[in-house]
Amino acid sequence: MRRRLVPYLLILPGGLWLAIFFVVPMVVMLSFSLMEGDVVNGFALTWHWQNYTEGISTYADQLVRSLLYGVLATAACILLAYPAAYWIAFRGGVRKTTYLFLMLLPFFVSFVLRTFSWKFLLADDGIVLGPLKSAGLLPQDFHVIATGFAVVAGLTYNYLPFMVLPIYVALERVDPTMVEAAQDLYAGRAQAFLRVVFPLSLPGVFAGVLMTFVPVSADYVNATVLGGTNNTMIGNIIQNLYLVNSDYPEAAALSFTLMAILLVGIFLYARALGTEDVLEVATR
Amino acid sequence: MKATIVDLKPAVRRPRVRWGDRLLYLYTWAIIVWLCLPIAVMIAFGFNDTTGRLNLTWQGFTLKWYGQLFSVPDLTTALVNSLTIAVVATLGSAVLGTLIGLALGKYRFRGQGALNIVQFAAISAPETVMGASLLSFFVQLGVGRGYWTILIAHIMFSLSFVAITVRSRVLTLDPSIDEAARDLGAGGWAVFRLVTLPMIFPAVLAGALLAFALSIDDFIITSFNSGSTLTFPLWIWGAQRNGLPPQVNVMGTLIFVGGILLAAGNAVVARRRR
Amino acid sequence: MTTDPALLRGMTRSRRDALRLFGFAGAGLGLAACGVKGQKAAPPKRNDVQKYWAGKTKHGHLNFANWTLYMDKARTPLKEFTKATGITVTYREVIPDDPQWFGKIAPQLQAGQSIGYDLMVVTNGLEFTKLTELGYLVPLDHSKLPNFAKNAGGPYKQESFDPGNVYSVPYATGLTGIAYDPKKTGREITSIQDLWDPKFKGKVGMMSDPQEIGNFGMFAVGVDPEKSTPDDWKKAAAKLQEQKDKGIVRKYYENDYIDALSRGDVWLTMAWSGDIFQQNLSEGSNLKFVIPQEGATIWTDNMMIPKTADNPVDAIMMMDFFYRPDIAANLAEFINYVTPVPAAKEVIAADAAKATGADKKKLSAIPTSPLVFPSDADYAKLRHYRSLTPAEEKDYNAVFQHITAG
Repeated sequence: MRRRLVPYLLILPGGLWLAIFFVVPMVVMLSFSLMEGDVVNGFALTWHWQNYTEGISTYADQLVRSLLYGVLATAACILLAYPAAYWIAFRGGVRKTTYLFLMLLPFFVSFVLRTFSWKFLLADDGIVLGPLKSAGLLPQDFHVIATGFAVVAGLTYNYLPFMVLPIYVALERVDPTMVEAAQDLYAGRAQAFLRVVFPLSLPGVFAGVLMTFVPVSADYVNATVLGGTNNTMIGNIIQNLYLVNSDYPEAAALSFTLMAILLVGIFLYARALGTEDVLEVATR
Repeated sequence: MKATIVDLKPAVRRPRVRWGDRLLYLYTWAIIVWLCLPIAVMIAFGFNDTTGRLNLTWQGFTLKWYGQLFSVPDLTTALVNSLTIAVVATLGSAVLGTLIGLALGKYRFRGQGALNIVQFAAISAPETVMGASLLSFFVQLGVGRGYWTILIAHIMFSLSFVAITVRSRVLTLDPSIDEAARDLGAGGWAVFRLVTLPMIFPAVLAGALLAFALSIDDFIITSFNSGSTLTFPLWIWGAQRNGLPPQVNVMGTLIFVGGILLAAGNAVVARRRR
Repeated sequence: MTTDPALLRGMTRSRRDALRLFGFAGAGLGLAACGVKGQKAAPPKRNDVQKYWAGKTKHGHLNFANWTLYMDKARTPLKEFTKATGITVTYREVIPDDPQWFGKIAPQLQAGQSIGYDLMVVTNGLEFTKLTELGYLVPLDHSKLPNFAKNAGGPYKQESFDPGNVYSVPYATGLTGIAYDPKKTGREITSIQDLWDPKFKGKVGMMSDPQEIGNFGMFAVGVDPEKSTPDDWKKAAAKLQEQKDKGIVRKYYENDYIDALSRGDVWLTMAWSGDIFQQNLSEGSNLKFVIPQEGATIWTDNMMIPKTADNPVDAIMMMDFFYRPDIAANLAEFINYVTPVPAAKEVIAADAAKATGADKKKLSAIPTSPLVFPSDADYAKLRHYRSLTPAEEKDYNAVFQHITAG
């Protein structure tokens, strides 16, 4: 009897913590999303579903833009991370861990500071563009900062390590003798890669997407620092509605909309990749 | 026997292999350089002998900012807040997360699925949404935001990471070791302390390090729940409007170096234990 | 480090658990369904002042929250204050703009918690109105403000947003106009329309504060913001939208426009008058500030005490100290904003007579500067913020935030 209680005792403190500070707040936010009112006069739960319809129609641009930036940055992360992870896993030799460590260096610098560093590096008359402009290689009004490109590039930069790591882990598990076996069976290098290595690394790509797409789509730091006009993401709107306008109902409704879209996206993606067996491979 | 086959066409195969590898090698280094460029700039401008408020152009080398590291009063407070919150949040989430990880790895029990769902959601929910929901909760309760609400939030979002790290380690353990210890007369607590804990310790340490890294760098969730308490990332965010003082670069550099030493130390410990 | 996919699988496999979770969530929703009470305060009564101040004593310390670039680097007025009263001051320039500051402190004031500051500076705008309506400010005891009574200029004692100075006294008054870098623009900037010039594509900064940008939109279409109607707002918004769609605006800034202007990220931008003066002083830059011919906004930044202040007596002493003519003069000399103390003009003139070299030139310019002592002709061009009811505010914000948040 006592043994049966043990797991419950073990999960009790942490489970309570998650229940009180994660599950209940989500529920509270759900109730907020159906309220009406303002800070001065208070908020009342009136099942005001218009918060959702109005929120989505008013901020459709930002929602779409966030998902677009999310897809672009995630795709850029895969394209940039995969070849490097591949090289480290198969050709890194004894210095594998050193290379991987170098890839993870940005983790040791504050996220906010890294982003400001890019703003500084690419300033209109800064240390990169300034000399190019005075040399006449670029027009005077050329700029990188305050564009959508800068936002996507910043997001890609900030989340690249999250993509490198899982892809590397998946590739590292691929047995090199399997590649040899494929080549012995007269598969070309490309064939061997496409038929053997790539499918085996898909769980890593999946994990990487999971870890980048969601935070990237909901980010607002990069858009604030590196963006200009028409680069605002939904995270900016939610943050602004909460912390500046104190319009909690609208903000809560948008938060839920965002989360619902992202979760549905992940599940469709998982389904498309055939969740079950992909995950079987990854858990081994 | 195989060697003879290779010997037959070395001229065709080897150069092609090398070219691709060389390209990939250069590519990997290009990525590393790109990743490290802003860090290099941050470190360099910590040595810049700048005079105005804006640390924008190179004015000459100096070490004075290292000497005046604590001369910006709020910045120091913010850094101390960040460090103490990170330490306490790490300890808290390490304990709570390890317990959950043990339960999930060792036992089968009703409610396991629900716990998994909650943990999955806590890991994958966007930070903006998590921060916002916690803020809604504190608003509903009429609780003012500050140091304690930041701490609560940090333990909340990092404990699941510790739990899954520990859980995967527990799954690899052989349950018969526990039984053997029990057969030798060890009580539940003794088994845990003398057998289980030493074996899962690398995972606990790895989870704790991850929790520390998440906590000290968190900006989004913290900004929703900080009230007027400042942490290091929040201070930087507020101060950049008027130009960041070089002390920020210095502190960023020191955190960077400290983090690398910590990670290296962890790697050494892990190697010894193996 | 990787997300454990088993978690994901757990999610697809245990639908029953998921249903149970929803049940739990439903119960929680029931608990949360009570709504959140408003905080609207009753208007102040006569004896509120006595009730609040009775038994309050000086603590010898005070925390002061201010805007950026709002005092000389040496913090001379604070040093003088400590010398005169023995009260030490922790001074922080933590206020980025009114909406953000309000968003930050309101939850704490609502919970009855200290915001960490005993004295703060807030502009006469929507946020100031909300602070008073919510009862978040301490009613001032005028018997503790002798210098204010003696030295404050007439208009500053009868501001429309706080008649009788129940909650606030002015810190400084300033203008929102256009700042520019003449080296970059290559010409004098004189008109609001310059902000719409396609030649400056991508090099124009606008402010994100709805009131500030709204006002400029209205100047651009020839409407007096103070008397504007919701239709005028829409017209102004259309004009601002056009400016944005043509790619003329680089970004909508808070108080960081000054950084962007100094870096050369923007060439001309909406700006607050004194900031430019101080920036030139500290960076040796050569930026210019103009009151556009169409008009500019005049606003007043006010000192006030939040209701949860720990050291209100020290705070009100600090408030009064700023009304000593020598202190007011010192402040104006450095921040170059309009001072509410007319007597400061003579002090500055006397300082100028004493000074030598570059200082003399700088100081002797101040008494005639339209930015510190505007003439009647200047005043004629200046407009106040329009006061808005909560319902109007929602519409107003929606119209202009649609542009800045695009």
